[in-house]
Amino acid sequence: MNAQSPNDYSAYPDANGRFGDYGGRYVAETLMPLVLDLGQAYEDAKNDPAFHAEMSGYMTHYVGRPSPLYFAERLTQHFGGAKIYFKRDELNHTGAHKINNCIGQILLARRMGKTRIIAETGAGQHGVATATVCARFGFPCIVYMGATDVERQKPNVFRMNLLGAEVRPVTSGTGTLKDAMNEAMRDWVTNVDDTYYIIGTAAGPHPYPAMVRDFQSVIGIEARAQILEREGRLPDAIVACIGGGSNAIGLFHPFLADENVRLIGVEAAGHGLSTGQHAASLTGGRPGVLHGNKTYLLQDDDGQIIDAHSISAGLDYPGIGPEHSWLHDVGRAQYVSATDQEALDAFQLCSQLEGIIPALEPAHALARVGDVAKELGKDGIVLMNLCGRGDKDIFTVAEALGSRL
Amino acid sequence: MTRMRQNRITSRFEALKQEGRAGLITYVMAGDPDVETAFEILKGLPAAGADLIELGFPFSDPMAEGPPIQRAALRALKAGMTLRGTLDLVRRFRVNDQTTPIILMGYTNPVLTYGFGPFAADAAAAGVDGLIIVDSPPEEAAELSDALDVAGISLIRLTAPTTDDKRLETVVKRTSGFVYYVSVAGVTGVKEADAGTVAPAVARVRKASNLPVAVGFGIKTPERAAAVARVADAVVVGSALVEEIASAAATDSLAAPKVLASVSALAQAVRMARLDVSVT
Repeated sequence: MNAQSPNDYSAYPDANGRFGDYGGRYVAETLMPLVLDLGQAYEDAKNDPAFHAEMSGYMTHYVGRPSPLYFAERLTQHFGGAKIYFKRDELNHTGAHKINNCIGQILLARRMGKTRIIAETGAGQHGVATATVCARFGFPCIVYMGATDVERQKPNVFRMNLLGAEVRPVTSGTGTLKDAMNEAMRDWVTNVDDTYYIIGTAAGPHPYPAMVRDFQSVIGIEARAQILEREGRLPDAIVACIGGGSNAIGLFHPFLADENVRLIGVEAAGHGLSTGQHAASLTGGRPGVLHGNKTYLLQDDDGQIIDAHSISAGLDYPGIGPEHSWLHDVGRAQYVSATDQEALDAFQLCSQLEGIIPALEPAHALARVGDVAKELGKDGIVLMNLCGRGDKDIFTVAEALGSRL
Repeated sequence: MTRMRQNRITSRFEALKQEGRAGLITYVMAGDPDVETAFEILKGLPAAGADLIELGFPFSDPMAEGPPIQRAALRALKAGMTLRGTLDLVRRFRVNDQTTPIILMGYTNPVLTYGFGPFAADAAAAGVDGLIIVDSPPEEAAELSDALDVAGISLIRLTAPTTDDKRLETVVKRTSGFVYYVSVAGVTGVKEADAGTVAPAVARVRKASNLPVAVGFGIKTPERAAAVARVADAVVVGSALVEEIASAAATDSLAAPKVLASVSALAQAVRMARLDVSVT
């Protein structure tokens, strides 16, 4: 291999799962042999054309890929700047990008001879996607979900139950997504022989950040080809929302070497960055170790993790995938934020102008797309990943708008 | 590596060997249920029969702990305990006890936040002898190991039922003080180890390392402690003691006398364990 220039973004992570100083495998010794096995199994699968062929079949006929690239004409007119395109990953089976990763990991689990699947979920989108693939491939499925989220995402809990999954409410710690992830890790360490843990975001111990990124990269690979076909050139900027960062890294990664394409990640600023009640790990956190990887975290002076806040349960996580931490430090991607209120406004704007009800997560991205479009001007092109649909959020939004359903 | 001072851990295991018995290692959480009660417990442990002390420092997200120690961490954090506060407790303990080894146990992030170098220096000055970091496998620990070596603090590693012989070599490579064998695949304080598996597992660790072997996770009663004391160099009891602190705190009764009485019972069982074998 050639010496790695800082621009050779495809060279990461290194053999130890590092993106610069970030990533790694910070897990208990009991899990370490399993994590190393998983790394090997994923390497083997990655190099096996049969694995890719099978995955691609399910992506086409089960998930519904490729997802369209849509020119958002009325939003473009509304902002009066660059042309705005949506990558429509909300049209996937189960309504979000999460299924891309679940198809890849369930095939890997089957290949490894595992017989029991566990997952964590925040908003419930990853839980639903995991329950879906478990139903399709005949695996028992246990989903850990913070007790608070079980309460505020009842429709998704019911969906998971319909699909045959058991949802275990997590009351330990503060009963949120981070605690659901702790609980899934504890399950894994207790059931080492038969269990496969499908992590839903591009975080956790190596190989998860790289593996989830690879499975989600289908978003960026398709989008890149689609925009070239439509516009004959690459976009000036691509935008995605960030919780753990799986949809964003899936969009960004195939564009990393295209230095003229600006990569913009939008974190959740909750009630506002100055209030301390937000989920913007890069903007408001500092590097630390949680859930098996080194990355930016919301934490206090003693290194205790602080609860995140966002109106969007899917962004409500005090960490971020390690590759984003690295892209942030080296300056290849730019990270901004949007508040609950800005996301709510964008949610309504998109519904009314485009006839698309977005999930609250991409509504955060959309809240910054207008700024980017204006800055680029009429000759510009901005592409945003519309990573989920908003059906799941109508109760939250109704409450925020003071309506009763 | 030669050290500036004789390590208390090494001395204690040498003494135990002379006595022909296993040691009792007790785990309690700093600041649980409050700072002063925790200090009272800590101070009383050697007289109650603890040969070595593991002192947990709290972390908000203890991935490898079962419910008892998770709750202990939350109580400690609520009481305002920090890693710095934990070092203060050790400093106060050392005023009257220069010989009982103290091993801090916890997770990477508070130590990383403190800074590996400053932490190692301050911990050594406070009288800490060893460190166990649950989520720091050898692959990630080089920088921490270097800092601890400079300060003369032992980095004690966990090995597990999932650690095969080949990996065991890596795990014990930069370990000092003793090797901690996690006797069940699971979190602390839930499953009980199958008695038959402990002896062969300890033998397997001894083949890879000359260091003493301590066994922990899921040891709750004097009977179980005695059984493990027959085959291992030390027995670790944690969750069972932490649960007593919890129940005392919940009923507003005094935690320290209750916990220390349990430690005495465990210590007696561990001390008698090998004698029992010789008469039966």
